[in-house]
Amino acid sequence: MYTEKVVDYFMNPRNAGKMDDANAIGEVGNPRCGDVMKIYLKINDQEVIEDIKFETFGCAAAIATSSMITEMVKGKTITEALKINNKDVAEALGGLPPAKLHCSLLAQEGIEAAVADYFIRKTGKAPEGFKANATCTACGGSCGGDAGHDHEEEEETFVSEDHRAAE
Amino acid sequence: MTPRKVYLDNSATTQVDKRVLEAMLPYFSEDYGNPNSLHAWGRQARAGVDKARAQVAELIGAQPKDIIFTGGGSEADNLAIKGAAWALKDKGKHIITSSIEHHALLDTVKWLGKNGFDYTILPVDETGMVDPKELEAAIRPDTILASIMFANNEIGTIEPVAELGEVCRKHGVLFHTDGVQAAGHIKIDVKELPIDMMTMAAHKMYGPKGVGALYVRKGIKLIPVIHGGGQEFGVRSGTENTPGLVGFGMAAELAANRLAGGEIDNEIRLRDKLIDGLMERIPEITLTGHRTKRLPYHASICVKYVEGEGMLLLMDAAGIGVSSGSACTSGSLEPSYVLLSLGLDHPTAHGSVRMTLSKETNDEDIDYVLEKFPPIVEKLRSMSPFYKKNQ
Repeated sequence: MYTEKVVDYFMNPRNAGKMDDANAIGEVGNPRCGDVMKIYLKINDQEVIEDIKFETFGCAAAIATSSMITEMVKGKTITEALKINNKDVAEALGGLPPAKLHCSLLAQEGIEAAVADYFIRKTGKAPEGFKANATCTACGGSCGGDAGHDHEEEEETFVSEDHRAAE
Repeated sequence: MTPRKVYLDNSATTQVDKRVLEAMLPYFSEDYGNPNSLHAWGRQARAGVDKARAQVAELIGAQPKDIIFTGGGSEADNLAIKGAAWALKDKGKHIITSSIEHHALLDTVKWLGKNGFDYTILPVDETGMVDPKELEAAIRPDTILASIMFANNEIGTIEPVAELGEVCRKHGVLFHTDGVQAAGHIKIDVKELPIDMMTMAAHKMYGPKGVGALYVRKGIKLIPVIHGGGQEFGVRSGTENTPGLVGFGMAAELAANRLAGGEIDNEIRLRDKLIDGLMERIPEITLTGHRTKRLPYHASICVKYVEGEGMLLLMDAAGIGVSSGSACTSGSLEPSYVLLSLGLDHPTAHGSVRMTLSKETNDEDIDYVLEKFPPIVEKLRSMSPFYKKNQ
């Protein structure tokens, strides 16, 4: 079902954990759908991603894609990092089962959300076309809101620390 | 030293017992006749089928002629529900079942709903129990059939089948129960229980796959699902799977011996050792299903803050076979409908793990699982955005 690379990046995750001195945090996904990805970035003055960490609630593919994208964007400028898309992540993992492709999209969106957060913190707003913490992308938006998981009536059973602080 | 292997997915399927396999083997290439043939080869095969029918009947206190062999549990469920619905369609159109039934049952009932029948799906409480009072309240003048499983595959809860059957009997409603998970694992005597039909499957009791049976109480008429040569008392046509049936017969006999010998007590002890051990070692886990009214071999839990598939794969890497009702293991975004029926929220249901013991599971196996499982949970929790250590 999974390639050796997916299994490796799941079993031996790179850059897993939280980061206390991050200056950008992105969180995407929906616990209802079973995938939430949180990306921590430390971006320097040259807009280079100096350090990156992830925390993911989700299946092996979700953990492997988080793990892979953190490795792919580390050391890159944010402009370069944003060019890495879900297909690149899936490819780097030697492919994903069709049912798990949304995990790679989630990884891409996690980076986008974190970069948006960087600009929000810096300038007060996200650049055009950016969503900060996307409300439901666990399915990569592919469900169109009707794949059985109700986005409106989401039960916020798990609220992460940042959300809690905002409340 | 070979690393330990612990298979704890016996609700999915069991290992064929060596004695079962030995009983089956001659029927492939020696006693290979068609049981419907009159010659010596046929008579030899017929003797095997007859013996198997008696063995399966004996397990549940039935008469041999009340056992209809099928090609598995799903087929037996289909035969019971469609067969009874069609036979009784002039009497009424309403069928009652529960929200935690196997798909073989639920989808059959829903299909009938699209084909002229009507149905009610009863809810369950937080332990997965169907309330006999709710069953009684759902019965209408046109109710012909109710089907509530004997025990649930995902959460292990044993339903109050005696009470549910009584309610049906009182109101003249046929009562079917899916006994796939229960038969051969807990004592069931149809002479004492108000059960009209019961589904069984060989491969859940150390027999071969693709072989099942429907117990049908004397006098109940079913319309066949499979028409043809009129085998199985005209209810299920098709040349008998002789080796499979012989294997089922032997598996049933061995199960009856285990039940009589009290081996179940040890299974319950090991199950409780596993459940209690996990509860002690891993914070924030919940048992799903009923704590005591549960299958002797069944332990199922939900682990907060992590998703089931990751646990399953890491357990697999440690040589332990388990299953999960999370979305990622079901291939959809929804976790198991059984877990949601208990009132669990989605994130919790995504963290489900089921461990089902076999007759071979021993203390060392349980110790091994208790050693390996907690660090796996800790590893995944350390990566989870929801888990706050030392909270």
